[in-house]
Amino acid sequence: MKKRDLLTPLDFSKEELDELFDRADDIRQHPEKYAHACEGKKMATCFFEPSTRTRLSHETAMLNLGGKVMGFPSGSVSSATKGETVADTARVISCFADIMVIRHPKEGAAAVAAHYASIPVINAGDGGHQHPTQTLTDLLTIRSLRGSLDNFTIGLCGDLKFGRTVHSLINALVRYENVRFVFISPEELKVPDYITDMLNDKGIPYEECIRLEDVIPKLDILYMTRVQKERFFNEEDYVRLKDFYVLNKAKLKRAKPDMYILHPLPRVNEIAADVDDDPRAAYFKQVQYGVYVREALILKLLNIDVDKL
Amino acid sequence: MLNVGKIEEGYVLDHIQAGRAMLIYHHLGLDKVDWTVAIIKNARSNAMGRKDILKVECPVDSLNLDVLAFIDPNITVNVIRGGEIMEKKKVELPKELVNVIRCTNPRCITSVETSLPHIFYLADPNRRIYRCKYCDEKYQEISDR
Repeated sequence: MKKRDLLTPLDFSKEELDELFDRADDIRQHPEKYAHACEGKKMATCFFEPSTRTRLSHETAMLNLGGKVMGFPSGSVSSATKGETVADTARVISCFADIMVIRHPKEGAAAVAAHYASIPVINAGDGGHQHPTQTLTDLLTIRSLRGSLDNFTIGLCGDLKFGRTVHSLINALVRYENVRFVFISPEELKVPDYITDMLNDKGIPYEECIRLEDVIPKLDILYMTRVQKERFFNEEDYVRLKDFYVLNKAKLKRAKPDMYILHPLPRVNEIAADVDDDPRAAYFKQVQYGVYVREALILKLLNIDVDKL
Repeated sequence: MLNVGKIEEGYVLDHIQAGRAMLIYHHLGLDKVDWTVAIIKNARSNAMGRKDILKVECPVDSLNLDVLAFIDPNITVNVIRGGEIMEKKKVELPKELVNVIRCTNPRCITSVETSLPHIFYLADPNRRIYRCKYCDEKYQEISDR
């Protein structure tokens, strides 16, 4: 059987994603059933740039499955400092581990690793390009909270121009029925043309606006992202606009009682601390769902069928 | 009127946009072989005003013509055998281009690992858009930037 990798969120069909999410649900409900599923298997986490949360989430997933983990947390402690190529690293890691997780500052590095590795490769972020396990996490979170990935309105708020998690999530959600998009951002950080072109081509409805308050009552999911000061051309614009993209209890009063708030984290100040206790705040649950979906992903890529063990 | 002799076996690449013959000459690697090649620039054309033509005397099927449509979709390929035109075909955009164009995205892995092949895939045939296989950056000709 040809090995599978996860390089982009679209590497799996909708049906495969449904299976993956069903498995993640089962893992959430029956963790003991999976506690030894990866016994004897090793996962290498190769992080050429640091990302504590993503690395620990993958490692937790493997440990929960009874497997072992090894790796390096930053490029400065790997052979990359000696000039080793990603291709060679992938070949070498294939001799040590059963599955490889890679984060790299350069776009496309995971695709190179997957090409040269003989073991499955998970892309844990390649520069500003793709971060598919975050998208899987987002999809599982929405599905678990709402019961379905069809028929809802999602507001994406903040930096929609440079935010790769936003682009990946949109690309993944267009495969589902009747998902409506509301893009909330300053003019400087609007969603790129290639995304709106794609939505227009597919006839998928969307609207763009500047103020969160104007649209929050119609949203079923609010996906917050950080607006970084350095993205603005001048300080004046930043000061004028930054509060539009801060969610607080006052703004939340106008939202539906069953609207859920997601955030890929880390959060800085775009969600006020007084929102954390609101039952609609789902961003920490999202982290937990990230572990379940990574467990399901590891099982899928290693072709481990727990029901046959 | 300039006269260039007939070829016995090979290709005549006609209807090349004027000024692009040398680009094709290099992309086909004709500078690296010892075949007879005629490069005709700015020939008169009823349909195009001016056009370039390339005549290559070589064994048929020895040239990889995939790149032609990428450079100029209006090129006509005449296949010559025994001094006669055996086939006249329009070119089609290749699904993949390997080491034909280079990714210029400074964030792409190819910018630091120079031994990697530069591979582009056809992302949108209608808009003739190619994207880098590694970073998905859209290829833009220098004149389009």
